[in-house]
Amino acid sequence: MSKSILGLFLDPNHAADAMDGLKESGFERGTFDVLTGTPYPEGAFGEYVPQHRLFRFPAFGAIIGLTVSLFLTTATQLAYPLITGGKPILSIFAMLIIMYEMTMLSAVIFSVIGIIFESRLPNIKPGIYDPRITEGYIGVVITVEDEDLNKAQKVIENSGSEEIKVV
Amino acid sequence: MQQRDNQNRLSQKYTNSVLLNGTLSTPRWWYPLVSVLLFFVVIGFILFGIQIKYGLGVTGLNRPVYWGLYITTFVFWVGISHAGIMISAILRITQAEWRRPVTRAAEILTIFSLATALVFPLIHAGRTWRIVYWLIPYDAARGIWPNIRSPLFMDPIAISTYLTGSTLFLFVALIPDLAVLRDRTTGFRKGFYTILALGWTGNPRQWKMQVVGGILLSALMLPIFVSVHSIVSWDFAVTTAVEGWHSTIFAPYFVIGAVHSGVSAVVTMMALMRWGWGWNDFIRPEHFDALARLLTVVATAWLGFTFLELLFAVYGLDAPEIALREMQIFQYPWNMLFLIFLLTGYILPVPMWLFKRVRTNIALMFWSSILVNIGMWLERFLIIVPGLARKSPFVFTWEAYTPSWFEWYILFWSFCWVTLLMLLFSRVFPLVPLFEQKESEVFSDSIKIGRATVPTIFREEEEEEED
Repeated sequence: MSKSILGLFLDPNHAADAMDGLKESGFERGTFDVLTGTPYPEGAFGEYVPQHRLFRFPAFGAIIGLTVSLFLTTATQLAYPLITGGKPILSIFAMLIIMYEMTMLSAVIFSVIGIIFESRLPNIKPGIYDPRITEGYIGVVITVEDEDLNKAQKVIENSGSEEIKVV
Repeated sequence: MQQRDNQNRLSQKYTNSVLLNGTLSTPRWWYPLVSVLLFFVVIGFILFGIQIKYGLGVTGLNRPVYWGLYITTFVFWVGISHAGIMISAILRITQAEWRRPVTRAAEILTIFSLATALVFPLIHAGRTWRIVYWLIPYDAARGIWPNIRSPLFMDPIAISTYLTGSTLFLFVALIPDLAVLRDRTTGFRKGFYTILALGWTGNPRQWKMQVVGGILLSALMLPIFVSVHSIVSWDFAVTTAVEGWHSTIFAPYFVIGAVHSGVSAVVTMMALMRWGWGWNDFIRPEHFDALARLLTVVATAWLGFTFLELLFAVYGLDAPEIALREMQIFQYPWNMLFLIFLLTGYILPVPMWLFKRVRTNIALMFWSSILVNIGMWLERFLIIVPGLARKSPFVFTWEAYTPSWFEWYILFWSFCWVTLLMLLFSRVFPLVPLFEQKESEVFSDSIKIGRATVPTIFREEEEEEED
């Protein structure tokens, strides 16, 4: 059966030591992570940050918005083809403005979906956590099998953790 | 509580306790102020109901001035809304350090002022329910669809896009702070924040998305921000029949004017936040200093556009246009309004901002920012009304427009309404982004150069790959 350990640190250097220690003890990089109440510089804890595909979302959204708006603006004008002042039925300039707004709107909506998806939210079962993380403590969390529990706990303790929780 | 850690940075616990003092507890002034505002807001709704019953006859609108105080106020609030993205997006992209305590307030101001602006065409329309036929893409029995060639149709599309985008932008930036609230509440409130925080734990993946996503959304919102007030300006600029409206310079002129008025409104709001919630450690004189410097540049650019607009109008020697400008600048009562507009919009505040003593004096910044917005409201009034009120050939009725007390009250109502919404928001969500504030403490330090100790800010840079 697997268990989760959360070590709480006040000093970022100690948290980074714990992360290094876990890596050196042979734990796979996907099994442990660091939790903070504020963004730290990337790599401050030697943590693993997976690649993301966020930028595909706005591009996809923009294509959808552009297509829908092109259809909407064209179809509504063609649906009532009243020629005014001898001008073409399709008013390109006006269409471009509506299409621009709808393209941007769709890109923004898809970006937000992308941010939430790539953050792996909503996270219904967040796992082991401590409210003190949002007041300055740094949490190092690892999920291990029973036989590795002591080894992982020792690494975190020896790195100078203030407190350890096991669930 | 320990205010600073051993490296002289504000502790995160202290930041939470101070910046959540209006959310986790209620300031003494909050209930009386909200009650008073609620009273005025309810009266506004009653008056709106009366206007619906008796029609637009209760206003001063009549031939030939059909667009008056309501439309002026609509443009004014759209202008104020430009604060949010100007501050939040541009400063986020340029990584301006002083943005941190300002961004949330600016974003909220954007949302509530835009929502209020959207109400004004409804009030102005008289038969409010008929807006549905103007906006919603529907196929009526006669097969008529909304006319996409009209800026009056483009306008709500642009504003709705901006409002939706700004709200989503605000929500994404709120998620880490919602987690802070989740960790500090109990009972029903904890459940509420737990749902909204979406299970945020603060792992590196989530923080990376917060930072990258923030910049991405900023980049997407900027073009929308420019388009919104450009399209609002086209409500007037594409109308060839009204002198003073038909100007090609209107789009950038409106955008820069909106930034001037919006950033000034942020200054007003920040001063109120500092006084009301006592956030002296977070909203500091140097933030007002930075905003005043920005405003000086923006205001001067705006003044340039104001004179260009006048210059282009008279350069063509078109007699009706010159007659209109003469009326706008030299004839009573327009000349008085024009003078107040110039004094409050530029001549009084900007020279004041040239002095550091003024820029770092919160009371003076507060009052000068109020002056700017009086001027900017008058600017919109002077653009919209005189062109309609001037006697034109073949027009059999004309008269100067005098807004009724009804319209003045609805203008007053809009200020009460926006303030009320902000105060209600402040009881549920933090007005200053906590995580941004904490991030600034992580990245700040001080170094010794010779005998001087200099405060520094570190910035994360992408590593360049070597060949």
